[in-house]
Amino acid sequence: MSDPKQNAQQKPGAVQTTGHAWDGDLQEYSNPLPRWWLWCFYGTVLFSVLYWIYYPSWPVGESWLKGVGTVNYTVTDKKTNQVQEQEYRWNTRSLLAADLTEAANNEQRKAMLAKVKAAGYDQIVKDPKMMEFVRSVGKGLFGDNCAACHGRGGQGVVGMYPNLTDNDWLWGGGMDRIHETLVQGRKGFMPAFGAALKPEQLDDVAEYVLTLSNEAKPGEAADRGKEIFHGPVGGCYYCHGADGKGIPSQGAANLTDKIWAIADVPAQKTLQDKKAVLKTFITNGVNNTRIMPAWKGRLNDDDIKLLAVYVHQLGGAQ
Amino acid sequence: MRHEHIETNSGLMILLILAVISIGGLVEIVPLFYINETIEKVEGVRPNTPLELRGRDIYIREGCYLCHSQQIRPFRDEWLRYGHYSLAAESQYDHPFQWGSKRTGPDLARLGGKYSNQWHVQHLKAPRSVVPQSIMPNYPWLLATNLDTSDVADRMRALRATGVPYSLTQAEYDANVKKFGQTVANQLDISQAQDNLLKEARDQNFDGIPGQVTEMEALVAYLQSLGTMVDFTQYNDDAFVKFR
Repeated sequence: MSDPKQNAQQKPGAVQTTGHAWDGDLQEYSNPLPRWWLWCFYGTVLFSVLYWIYYPSWPVGESWLKGVGTVNYTVTDKKTNQVQEQEYRWNTRSLLAADLTEAANNEQRKAMLAKVKAAGYDQIVKDPKMMEFVRSVGKGLFGDNCAACHGRGGQGVVGMYPNLTDNDWLWGGGMDRIHETLVQGRKGFMPAFGAALKPEQLDDVAEYVLTLSNEAKPGEAADRGKEIFHGPVGGCYYCHGADGKGIPSQGAANLTDKIWAIADVPAQKTLQDKKAVLKTFITNGVNNTRIMPAWKGRLNDDDIKLLAVYVHQLGGAQ
Repeated sequence: MRHEHIETNSGLMILLILAVISIGGLVEIVPLFYINETIEKVEGVRPNTPLELRGRDIYIREGCYLCHSQQIRPFRDEWLRYGHYSLAAESQYDHPFQWGSKRTGPDLARLGGKYSNQWHVQHLKAPRSVVPQSIMPNYPWLLATNLDTSDVADRMRALRATGVPYSLTQAEYDANVKKFGQTVANQLDISQAQDNLLKEARDQNFDGIPGQVTEMEALVAYLQSLGTMVDFTQYNDDAFVKFR
């Protein structure tokens, strides 16, 4: 848009204008860009070229410019357990590998983890330093993986998910049993007695079971129920034990305490309602509804061990 | 070309603007369709079974993707909380993909197998009964509504048109047997779709109601499949670094 004729009218040495006049005499200077600004601009252009060279950038054919930048990390081979040093070009995944390596090499963490790995459960419990580590790491693991069912504090949900802070354990509360539960998961099962027992017999068994925890008073009905419980007809004692205290290897509940893992007895007001709730479970059994997932494969062995100790120290240790 | 010429011809200017702003997309997106290493070579990824597919439709219908993402990014915090980062291979049969862009709730990319079916049913019905601090809405109608299974074959046909290997012909079925094995190939056979759906629902009983196929059944089946197809215990932690 510049007009050489207009420019020619300028005095020599004066700043050039854009050569356009508005309203007769209104003109606009055409100053060159400040030199510092111009160099900054050229600098950014040069930077982008270096950026393309260092980092992965342009697509080329069926591949792309991979960049010359590299990242170092170590990785443990899952088959041979050997730690391998790796160097690979820069990308977000190698960057993560380097980040994980750095975290694993954190001296404090590394030393504590090695100590916990080598120690037996009884040693860990006695060592306040190790327990401090277990509690801080375990809290995160528990929150991410266990809290959805068992609650943030391990309090569980009555009738659905066992409370981990009390003394009552379906599958055993020893450290080894907790570890086993975590590794392989659990599947609660109780056969349905709806077909094997008559309705009045179901009533009697329910009544007897309630006497075990002093929810009902002994009487004729309870005596009849006792016979079924301990006899071949019901055979409840196979899993719940002759004393009704449950057998952890079967995942069978202790019926003599006031803690109810499956049937929500405490929520019922009258004896009739309590019996009705129990009867539902005796009639239909428990199948495919009481499942703890297996964590092997999803969590690594170290994390499972830490979690076992963490759950153990929640309060209900055996 | 003189600048004045461009500025005074709006048609030409529009064309040139379109050309300039499409460069970003052309450079960043288009190459992903032909670059060899885009999809990692892994075992186990298969299209959804008919029941999972219907569950996925419900997932989309209820807008789950508005609060839940399905992509674990390669960052340390996500690796620790959710597990292995998502692979492109894992969503290769997902149309449209459910990566999402907002995490009001947690990421769901590796939800499968993490909790029991019973938990999912209870949690979808009344989230706060198991997670007191949750702000997720209740979805009680899923358990009360029977699943419409009549059009599942049509839905598979539609996905087949986008490239998902559901099979219509014997040749396609044979190719699936070769690629995925007999069991999976049967699930991908469109002519058996409804039977397969009902059979899976009967065998697994995801919703805990025997003899009934509810929408809950399909949704839980879908949720339990998320992120479970690749067995990451078979791969070293850096196995997928070299695809990039």
